[in-house]
Amino acid sequence: MIFLAPTVLGMALFTFLPIIGSLVLAFFRWDIISAPQFIGFANFTALAEDPTVRVSFVNTIVFVIVAVVLQLGIALGLASMLQARMPSWLRVFLRSVFFFPLVLSAASVSIFMRYMFNEQFGVVNWLLSLAGLPAVPWLTSPVASAAVVVLVYVWQNFGFSFLLFLGAMTSIPKELHEAADLDGATGWKQFSNVTLPLISPTVLVASVMAMISALQVFDQPYVMTNGGPGDSTRTAVMVIFESAFQQLEFGQASAIGLVLTVLILAVTALQFRLSRRFVFYQ
Amino acid sequence: MSSQSLPTGTDEHPGSTTGTPPTHNRRRNRRLPAAGTVGRYAALALAAALTLGPVLWTLSTSLRTPSESFNLPPSFLPVNPDFTAYQEVFRQINVGVLVLNSTLVTGLIALGQMASATLAGYAFARLDFRGKNAIFSLVLATMMVPVQVTIVPVFMLIRGMGLSDTLLALILPAIPTAFGTFLMRQYFMGLPHDFAEAAALDGAGPWRIFRSVYAPMAAPGMAIVGILAFNFHWNEFFRPLILTISEQNFTLPLGLVTLQGSLGTGSISVVLAGVILSMLPALVVFILGQRTLREGLTAGAGK
Repeated sequence: MIFLAPTVLGMALFTFLPIIGSLVLAFFRWDIISAPQFIGFANFTALAEDPTVRVSFVNTIVFVIVAVVLQLGIALGLASMLQARMPSWLRVFLRSVFFFPLVLSAASVSIFMRYMFNEQFGVVNWLLSLAGLPAVPWLTSPVASAAVVVLVYVWQNFGFSFLLFLGAMTSIPKELHEAADLDGATGWKQFSNVTLPLISPTVLVASVMAMISALQVFDQPYVMTNGGPGDSTRTAVMVIFESAFQQLEFGQASAIGLVLTVLILAVTALQFRLSRRFVFYQ
Repeated sequence: MSSQSLPTGTDEHPGSTTGTPPTHNRRRNRRLPAAGTVGRYAALALAAALTLGPVLWTLSTSLRTPSESFNLPPSFLPVNPDFTAYQEVFRQINVGVLVLNSTLVTGLIALGQMASATLAGYAFARLDFRGKNAIFSLVLATMMVPVQVTIVPVFMLIRGMGLSDTLLALILPAIPTAFGTFLMRQYFMGLPHDFAEAAALDGAGPWRIFRSVYAPMAAPGMAIVGILAFNFHWNEFFRPLILTISEQNFTLPLGLVTLQGSLGTGSISVVLAGVILSMLPALVVFILGQRTLREGLTAGAGK
């Protein structure tokens, strides 16, 4: 089958073989130099005991919750505001603006955002000082640096959920809103009783996609804070990276990777289960 | 909500009572949702400013002299542009090599994905063979596996193949694409069957039918796959960080992060000049292919 060969052979080699490799490796201790050594579940029990790994998973989960709620909230708000009557050039312009950060590299964005959040010379603290507010140690305080990672991540990614919501809202038949107008339903009521139920399948898909990508956050904390101060912005993927390529604990890294994958699959399954109660399919 | 003027009896529509003159009526009705409209425009303007502000600041700061780059007040508009930082970034890092590497890696991945996804998508949409559905499900299942899980074995595999610290190490594993295959399959399923039958009557074999009839028609679908691949891999950071070692094999994002680490805050305009340069191709794609990019990005959500 010449048609399938490149894709299927490529996937066998670069995806399926590595998955099996990861599953096997997770039960070994291997530093690439000496021979691998079978250690059973020791890599997994070490995960539960290692404070850095534990903290990084807690950080990741908190990050996912905050970032996804913000991302979906902002995207929903902006998409529904664009439904109102306005000149079409303005709508097209705003749509382009909100979607623009998606085409930038997370590494580049993290580079300039790191400068903007600089405590002494950064533009963010300068703006705060104009408003008479004190300077915030954005990248050197545990809470503020976690907030910066969330903000920068959401800044770059809300456009994706926004595009999904915009598409879904545009396909709602106009008559439904007109009918709601006639019934005297105004802004918020229309949104919660007409728009939201009709786009609920998209909200589900958008939240699953947002959670899956947020669980894998790496570039922003790596470039802006390198996990610090302390471990306050260390994420699960950063720990995979560090244990494999800095500490040469390849087995341990595989074990963390598997736990993360299970988490991703569980989140996806849970959301589809919950959705049976909240999502309305037409 | 808008200019509905039904006499509902509430005092929300005072202008809708029939006795008022029409001009007055219109003005009153317009002013009625004013608070909401103003609030909405204010929120949209704020959101647009917060989205564009950082990018404008980056552009303006890259056009300051390196020694003034961190001076306050910051600049948001590029008045009196100074290009020292741009000359300096070429001196500090080998921008030419980074651009060449990024272009080669991204271009070859995009071409490879377009070719392999078109072939596989066509097979899944149009050809009959044993185990088709099972294989297609397996292909789709790979979308659920995060790259971080496979990166350690991929790293070893690349090492075993003698490709460590080469551009091929970045290119080869990225060519098989589940999402691209899915997109192309959808695309081919949407094309009419009649052409294949006509071509078969003319004596064309399966390869001829694909090559001369269907592949040319699938160009728009291939464009989506190519643009998505470009957007993703041009900006990619995690894999290059792991799979390349020497600076001569770095891609742009990796080179810039390294540059940032090696320079003090005194010359941030140099780093930002590099950032702006690295954005240019993405900007071109954004301007020329925004529609394709939008369709591609949201295509995965509609299945």
